[in-house]
Amino acid sequence: MAITLSENAAKHVQNFITKRGKGVGLRIGVRTSGCSGMAYKLEFADEVSSEDIQFASHGVTLLVDPKSLPYIDGMELDYTREGLNEGFRFNNPNVKNQCGCGESFGV
Amino acid sequence: MALLQISEPGMSTAPHQHRLAVGIDLGTTNSLVATVRNGISVVLNDENGRAMLPSVVRYLADGGVAVGEAAQTMQSEDAANTIVSVKRFMGRGLKDVGEISRLPYRFADAPSSGQAASPFATSGGSGQGSGMLQLRTVAGIKSPVEVSAEILKVLRSRAEAALGGELVGAVITVPAYFDDAQRQATKDAARLAGLNVLRLLNEPTAAAIAYGLDNAAEGVYAVYDLGGGTFDISILRLSRGVFEVLAANGDSALGGDDFDHRIHCWLLEKNRLSALGPRDTRLLLTHARAAKEQLTEHAEARITAVLSTGEMIDSVLTRSEFHAMSQNLVQRTLQPLRRALRDAKLDIADIKGVVMVGGATRMPQVQHAVGEFFGQTPLTNLDPDKVVALGAAIQANLLAGNRSGDDWLLLDVIPLSLGIETMGGLVEKIIPRNSTIPTARAQEFTTFKDGQTAMSIHVAQGERELVSDCRSLAKFELRGIPAMVAGAARIRVTFQVDADGLLNVSAREMGSGIEAAIAVKPSYGLSDAEITRMLQESTQHAQGDMQARALREQQTEAGQLLEAVQHALEQDGGLLDQAGRTQIEIRMGALRDTLHLADHLSIKRAVIALNDATVGFAQARMDKSVARALAGRNISELDEK
Repeated sequence: MAITLSENAAKHVQNFITKRGKGVGLRIGVRTSGCSGMAYKLEFADEVSSEDIQFASHGVTLLVDPKSLPYIDGMELDYTREGLNEGFRFNNPNVKNQCGCGESFGV
Repeated sequence: MALLQISEPGMSTAPHQHRLAVGIDLGTTNSLVATVRNGISVVLNDENGRAMLPSVVRYLADGGVAVGEAAQTMQSEDAANTIVSVKRFMGRGLKDVGEISRLPYRFADAPSSGQAASPFATSGGSGQGSGMLQLRTVAGIKSPVEVSAEILKVLRSRAEAALGGELVGAVITVPAYFDDAQRQATKDAARLAGLNVLRLLNEPTAAAIAYGLDNAAEGVYAVYDLGGGTFDISILRLSRGVFEVLAANGDSALGGDDFDHRIHCWLLEKNRLSALGPRDTRLLLTHARAAKEQLTEHAEARITAVLSTGEMIDSVLTRSEFHAMSQNLVQRTLQPLRRALRDAKLDIADIKGVVMVGGATRMPQVQHAVGEFFGQTPLTNLDPDKVVALGAAIQANLLAGNRSGDDWLLLDVIPLSLGIETMGGLVEKIIPRNSTIPTARAQEFTTFKDGQTAMSIHVAQGERELVSDCRSLAKFELRGIPAMVAGAARIRVTFQVDADGLLNVSAREMGSGIEAAIAVKPSYGLSDAEITRMLQESTQHAQGDMQARALREQQTEAGQLLEAVQHALEQDGGLLDQAGRTQIEIRMGALRDTLHLADHLSIKRAVIALNDATVGFAQARMDKSVARALAGRNISELDEK
């Protein structure tokens, strides 16, 4: 059971947290929302809560709540550039289907 | 799949609900767009990695439009159709723009009636016919609003490509000194470009946001913003995350362009050239700018160009020569600095830090002069070209709802006092200058004459006592006031300035509830010279203004008294004996004679004299009306009342 960051993604996250000036890591999760049932949550984390499951990847702390973990277990986050746009890509092996944009998915 | 960004804790958006918002620095020379991504404000580059979009628009004969670099490279060849520094024309009439003969454009003054792009030109509250100037191009007549919209369209599509979605809105920055017309023109340009304006933000305030939040430093700061075409100085207080603008001052016709012009003039002199055509003028200005930028890093710059006449120019400009020729431009920025400090009631020693904004602040002589003035090294750790856009993006992100905003408040000020005309041509200030906005103030006024059923509300802007010395913004009438004796009606006039600095005035008669209102969008703006003049005159003429006010007040009071006495004589003249009547009439004549004298003290003396003469008469009238009221009644009847 693990969630990982690509090396490039980790570099960016560390950079973002440094510039933001605070934050203990990255909170990753899912919530029920969107056209295909689930949507990702990607936020800065300012504190660790007791039920959080923690992973470390390339020096970045990743926090996942236990209810989200089954949906995203084995996922790798990458940071990519597409034309002028850039951001995080979720490579989630659990996804069975997703909406056209990929922001929402089902398992 | 879509690429995701990191949100603030608890602020993740639902799919397809990303609240994409940008900050836009719509500059005189260059424009930029920035956004907050993964919690950090970043400037968005174009496909070639360039952040700055030259604020240059070229109109082509086939109806096409080129914006930015593409337009800039053709500036020399097609000067008349290539609009640079259009920001200087925003919300301005032809007569506000001083250097017309120096510009290569064909201007048109009166806007043609169906110009949808400049709605305020015809709907101006003051009903003045003249509006914003227009430019004749090969693609037809264009207003500055349309030209600016072309720049904004390019930034908008850049942002939408970079963010992968439609924008919910934008924060656009304007110089602190922009008046209502110029702000309105900026908003109109944004609307024309399909942008939803979340808010207009003063440029220095945006810079402070970028610095204040990034560095989290508390204290009083000065923001020295020398852009391409405008100079702004703002004194801001940053404390516990609250930004307050204590004072704003500046010169809306001074900027980096003027330094280019100095070099341009030097080139003409040095090479013994007479006036050049528009094409060569542009060519030399482009070279002048390059030389200026080179002198920031190097001790000298070589300028070589071939004019359309075939004449060759090859000159070397040294840094010290450049410093000497631009010395008075640098000095001109220090006067508004002193005024702003005075307005904020602060000394140089109170300033904790100086923030430098605008590409022109890269010039060593500017940094040196500012450092010397404040006795400290100015802050330059953020890119002075980008700092305004970065701050605007932070605010746009907040306004779009991507951050919990209760820890964050922003205060701005109005540059000149707002008030209304009262009897005698005096101005009653309702909102004093440097009040923080948004603000609303109300004041009650009353009728001047018996049976008065209408009141004219004249909104004026400025620091002087007499309305003729202030700038007229708008006039409207409140009608249908119930007929009452003078002074009985209560008319509440409310001034409301919204967060964008736009003014709404309403008047309401409190008894009947009738109301009239106006949104002030003056046809065109104050010129730079006017703003400076209005501020300077208010201090220079303080003494004279006070006397003028005293005189007008005495004249008004005397007029009222004469009218009242005349009315009483007509009604109850029979109560007076011939001697008493003559006495009063003589003193009325004496008072009338003093009215045209510019001496409020003699009017006052004559008023007192007339008052004294009428004491007995007033007593007699009082007795008569009491007698009339009591006639034929007994005590018990009166008790019942």
